[in-house]
Amino acid sequence: MSVPGDWYLVLAAVLFGIGAAGLVVRRNILVMYMCIELMLNAVNLTFVTFSRMLDDLGGQDAVFFVLVVAAAEVVVGLGIIVAIYRRRAGATADDVNSLKG
Amino acid sequence: MVNAAYVVVALPLLGFAVNLAFGRRLGEPLAGWVGTAAATGSFVATLVTWVAMLGKPANMRVADLGIYNWVPVAGLHVSLGLLVDPLSLTMLLFVTGVSSVIHLYSVGYMHRDPGFDRFFIYLNLFLFSMVVLVLADNFLFSFVGWEGVGFCSYGLIGFWFQREVAAVAAKKAFITNRIGDVGFLVAILFIFFHFGSLNYSRVLGTLVGGHPTGLMAGAPGAIATSTATAITMLLFLGAVGKSAQIPLYIWLPDAMEGPTPISALIHAATMVTAGVYLMARIAPMLHYAPDTSWMIASVGAGSAFLAATIACAQDDIKKCLAYSTISQLGYMFMAEGAGDYTDGLFHMLTHAFFKALLFLAAGAVIHAMADRQDMKQMGGLARYMPLTAVTFICAWLAISGIVPFAGFWSKDAILDGVWQFNKVLWGIGAFTAGLTAYYMSRQVALVFLGRARWQEARPSLAAEPALSGGHEEGPGEGHPEPGLPAHPHGGEPHDATWTMSLPLVLLAIASVLGGGINFDAFGHFDFLSRFLAPIFPTATPVTVSTATKWALSLVTLAACLTGLALGLRTWVTAEHPSLEPAFLQRAWFYDEAVAATASGPLRSGASALAFVVDSRWVDGAVNGVAAALRASGRALRWVQTGYLRSYLIGMSLGLIAVLAYLTFRVGS
Repeated sequence: MSVPGDWYLVLAAVLFGIGAAGLVVRRNILVMYMCIELMLNAVNLTFVTFSRMLDDLGGQDAVFFVLVVAAAEVVVGLGIIVAIYRRRAGATADDVNSLKG
Repeated sequence: MVNAAYVVVALPLLGFAVNLAFGRRLGEPLAGWVGTAAATGSFVATLVTWVAMLGKPANMRVADLGIYNWVPVAGLHVSLGLLVDPLSLTMLLFVTGVSSVIHLYSVGYMHRDPGFDRFFIYLNLFLFSMVVLVLADNFLFSFVGWEGVGFCSYGLIGFWFQREVAAVAAKKAFITNRIGDVGFLVAILFIFFHFGSLNYSRVLGTLVGGHPTGLMAGAPGAIATSTATAITMLLFLGAVGKSAQIPLYIWLPDAMEGPTPISALIHAATMVTAGVYLMARIAPMLHYAPDTSWMIASVGAGSAFLAATIACAQDDIKKCLAYSTISQLGYMFMAEGAGDYTDGLFHMLTHAFFKALLFLAAGAVIHAMADRQDMKQMGGLARYMPLTAVTFICAWLAISGIVPFAGFWSKDAILDGVWQFNKVLWGIGAFTAGLTAYYMSRQVALVFLGRARWQEARPSLAAEPALSGGHEEGPGEGHPEPGLPAHPHGGEPHDATWTMSLPLVLLAIASVLGGGINFDAFGHFDFLSRFLAPIFPTATPVTVSTATKWALSLVTLAACLTGLALGLRTWVTAEHPSLEPAFLQRAWFYDEAVAATASGPLRSGASALAFVVDSRWVDGAVNGVAAALRASGRALRWVQTGYLRSYLIGMSLGLIAVLAYLTFRVGS
């Protein structure tokens, strides 16, 4: 017995919602970062689901691209975060606000 | 050996480069000899090219020698190339020939001048530019030469730039020429717009519908009269500036501030004929623009007459010749306007000989008179300077149009053509011929005949310390102590050294025999006409009957002889104030009128543009745009808070808005 594809989509939507809400609500940069990852993987899940449902390998391809981009993004993002933590211990996203009009 | 044309261009450039690099080190006579060798070599190369061309059948005498693809932009191909054809060869022969002779003369004339090497640098650069102007195979390349000669003219008029008059005259010449150049430049754009090419063969070949030479093969087709008129009028504006015709002639008399060889070469024989050359070059286009032809003929006649009247009342030996040049150029334009291009060019050739000779002889006189140029203070010089006097008299008879001399044939040929074109213009031309004879005789009488008035002037002359070397105060050319061994400070005026005398003799021979190149009176001796015929397929043939020609010649000759006799008889004594009214001495007050216009309405108009239109409107618009941007930037600053969350919310809201829009749009 297989789970119907709709449920996967619902799960992905929920994961995406959690990620988006977390990103807006939380102040800790590291946590915000994890939220972004959550959203990315929610999207990956929809890709795979649709790939299965439509019998089209294009969705699988897209996932690989997203994974690669996400990996690259992790490198850059973590680099920035480490740099910020070096300058000020335990900073939140709101403390980093010197770039403004 | 048509390829010798490359050498014609290369040698003056080489001479220029050598003198530019080593001129100062080569020093006095050597720099001059380098320049002279370059010019003479160029002349020899021209002869070689010419002979090679003569070896071909008459309608195959065209060669387009490429040098380099200058502008290879899509749709606009301008190549640097040399167009060797009968027209450019005719020009080249006399340009390089007269130029060689004058280079030689300058070696003597510029003796002991501190700017000796600079003089020859300019002179060779001038020759190079002139050759480029003549040989270029397209309008743009010609324009390069056109500007080059203009620049050299500027540099050489202001050669003694320590004197303010010379510097001012140089500026005047440059600026006046610039007005004409605008016409030339706009015409080039028009030509490109209409023909899609700037190449002479291409453009003019389109007009004549395929040329017998085959090189000029183009699509047979005509041009609208309005377009042809616009283009030719603009080109004529350029010609008017360069060839010193009404209304832009004012620079030429002032250009006499330059050294005398320059007046002879640039401002009499070669550069000022560039306009005449240009009009001859575009003859096929003028065929479609009868209005321009009329304009050219009228401006020519007007200039010929006006300048001749002014020349009747000038005291400065060189100014008189300068106005005479304007007048003679007027004749050439008259001929071209009448469609008689060959005779216009014929007169250009003979004029180059006798006018260069007049100037060079005048230079010798000025030298002998310790830089005095006032003819009223000369007189009786024939006894002291026999060679100069004899050569000057040859040129005088030539320009006066007396029978066997060169000027007679060319002036007569022009007047025949003009008679056929329009009787009134012929009347002006014939009357001007008489005037020409009159003012030239006046000059000969004042300078070479009569009492030796310089002997009375001597004490005051010796009392002026400026003459021993000052640039600023000298009454004449401000030439520091001309290089004649025994100078009239103590001894008597006499003929100059061989470098200065040889050119006089050569040019005198040319002035006497120059008419021989186109004896159309006697059947088969019209060499020039036959040589040039393939160039002017559209020219109006002169169909005046032989009887009429004889009658016209006799009338003109009578006018010339009357002028001659009057001038000689009257001016053996120097004082006839009634014959020199102020309005002629001051050149019809034209300069004053120009100055008043320029400093009055023109200046206030310009300052209105500068201080109202430019500073308020134009600058206001520019500053307004900047101010508006700054204000909007200040108003929108608050959007950038620096908080990540506010950006995120902005992004989310934006995303929701876009999605909502897409959804509803797709839904509806």
